[in-house]
Amino acid sequence: MIEAKKFQQAYNYGFIDESTKKEIRRKMLKAVAIPGYQVPYSSPEMPISRGWGTGGLHATLSLIGPDDTFKIIDQGSDASVNACNLRNFVKRMTGCKTTFDTADATIVQTRHRIPEEVLTDKQIIVFQVPQPEILRGVERFEFKTRQMHAEADYAKMWVSLYESYVKFGAIMRGAGYPVKVNGRYIMTPSPIPRWDVPNLSHSDTLHVFAAGREKRIHCVPPHTLVEPLEFEDVKFMVEKFEGIRCSVTGEGDAFMDEIYEADGGRKHVINDSNFLDKLKLGGRPNQRLFVNPS
Amino acid sequence: MVQDNTDNWLLRVRGLTKIYGDPISNSIAYTGPKFGSNICPETDAIVACAEIDFDLYPGEVLGVVGESGSGKSTLVQLLYFDGEATGGEVYFRSFEDGDTNILRVTNQKKRYLRNHLMGMVYQNPRDGLNFKFSAGGNIAEKLLMANEFNVGRIRNRASSLLTQTEVPVERMDNAPATFSGGMQQRVQISKAIANNPPLIFLDEVTTGLDVSVQAKVLDLIRGLQQDLGISMIVVSHDLSVIRMLTDRTMVLKNGRIVESGLTDQILQDPQHAYTQLLVSSLL
Repeated sequence: MIEAKKFQQAYNYGFIDESTKKEIRRKMLKAVAIPGYQVPYSSPEMPISRGWGTGGLHATLSLIGPDDTFKIIDQGSDASVNACNLRNFVKRMTGCKTTFDTADATIVQTRHRIPEEVLTDKQIIVFQVPQPEILRGVERFEFKTRQMHAEADYAKMWVSLYESYVKFGAIMRGAGYPVKVNGRYIMTPSPIPRWDVPNLSHSDTLHVFAAGREKRIHCVPPHTLVEPLEFEDVKFMVEKFEGIRCSVTGEGDAFMDEIYEADGGRKHVINDSNFLDKLKLGGRPNQRLFVNPS
Repeated sequence: MVQDNTDNWLLRVRGLTKIYGDPISNSIAYTGPKFGSNICPETDAIVACAEIDFDLYPGEVLGVVGESGSGKSTLVQLLYFDGEATGGEVYFRSFEDGDTNILRVTNQKKRYLRNHLMGMVYQNPRDGLNFKFSAGGNIAEKLLMANEFNVGRIRNRASSLLTQTEVPVERMDNAPATFSGGMQQRVQISKAIANNPPLIFLDEVTTGLDVSVQAKVLDLIRGLQQDLGISMIVVSHDLSVIRMLTDRTMVLKNGRIVESGLTDQILQDPQHAYTQLLVSSLL
């Protein structure tokens, strides 16, 4: 630990220097003031590669203090390699407490999932966003996408949903389903499954989406309306796990991982590892479940 | 002209000018048909079109004819906001009752004008259609811009538009890249009229097509015009297209109108030397 301590002293608290942290916080405040708008920020160099969660680290390290409890998940799991390494790094740079328990955490950093357990107004959730520009798929020029956002010109986004419906009979977007925030900007909810998208709307928690490689921050403040794009006659749907039960706990009503077995069979396990652990211990944490329109 | 006395115009254009490069105050005076050039001798600024005045009346088809570089495409591009005009005023009866100069409104309002009140058919279908989307998707784009968010209604409208323009409805969900040139052009026309605009622009629509397809597309345009009563501005260097479609014609040379009047009159009795040359060179 002596070596670790030396290392810590060689850097500023939270690795990033104070003036840069201040800048990132100011950009976050701006993003909170304009929900869904992508605010450019400095995206300073970090000791991990861009695209591996630098944006999430920027946001976390500028928000975190010694009293905070930090939780990080990757694909729903606290124990994946990326999550472990980032957790160790944040711990070493700030000396904060870390936890696997969603309810204990004050800052939750995540990639690909929102925890199943309902987050509270004492918590902040930080998303590591690979591509903040939801319009990138339909418009390759940055200056044009900015213009489209400025003028709320989202017809192309809608056409891509229409095309998806025409091709597949349903809007097929596995992750990063486009949402309209506060009736104005269309943003990506980060590549979370559709299952998690309804959790963004009117939540008690502040959602910070930071993309380090793309140098953009956008936010969904607490109690903000977030509507997934849907047609009058083709509605947004979350993933269907009808008749599927978790092979460990026997529970349904959670986002499931599908696991293929050596004999060719398959089983399902609840994706959120902390939620799974709590179910195993006999608890049932609060969840917000979305019911698909029939 | 007789029509100038009436107050019934749909589109009123006054002094429309587009200059590329750095103009000086004399750039317009030193260019034009009198000098046989668009290029300002002082600064090499290109006067693409200057001092264009005309009125368009509801249900009328106006032809714009001229050689390459005469500014005829620039003219419709300015009116459809594909480029920004250097100067001039344009009033459009369907927008704020014709009281506002539409060249000076915000981008949002220009987009509204483009999507709701105007339509454009380009020479090259790749300019007017998005080749990533299906034919139906392209029409849907226009309808979605007008806040139609019901897939069933969008598909009904798209198939009725495609029927109207004689594109086989079963090809609706195919990509325009798999269509023939004539079909692509017809899809573009469907897209242009999707929101029932009072005015559409046709920029050299038949130029890339072979003669039999040309005739079909022209027939279609004339039929639609008669059924829907849309006003049109038709740009072409092809006098037979002008003769077939238009009521009135303007002849452009070096960015200026050198002659305008009823199409029959212009073709039968051309007054300006350039128009005489144009008509006599008709095969």
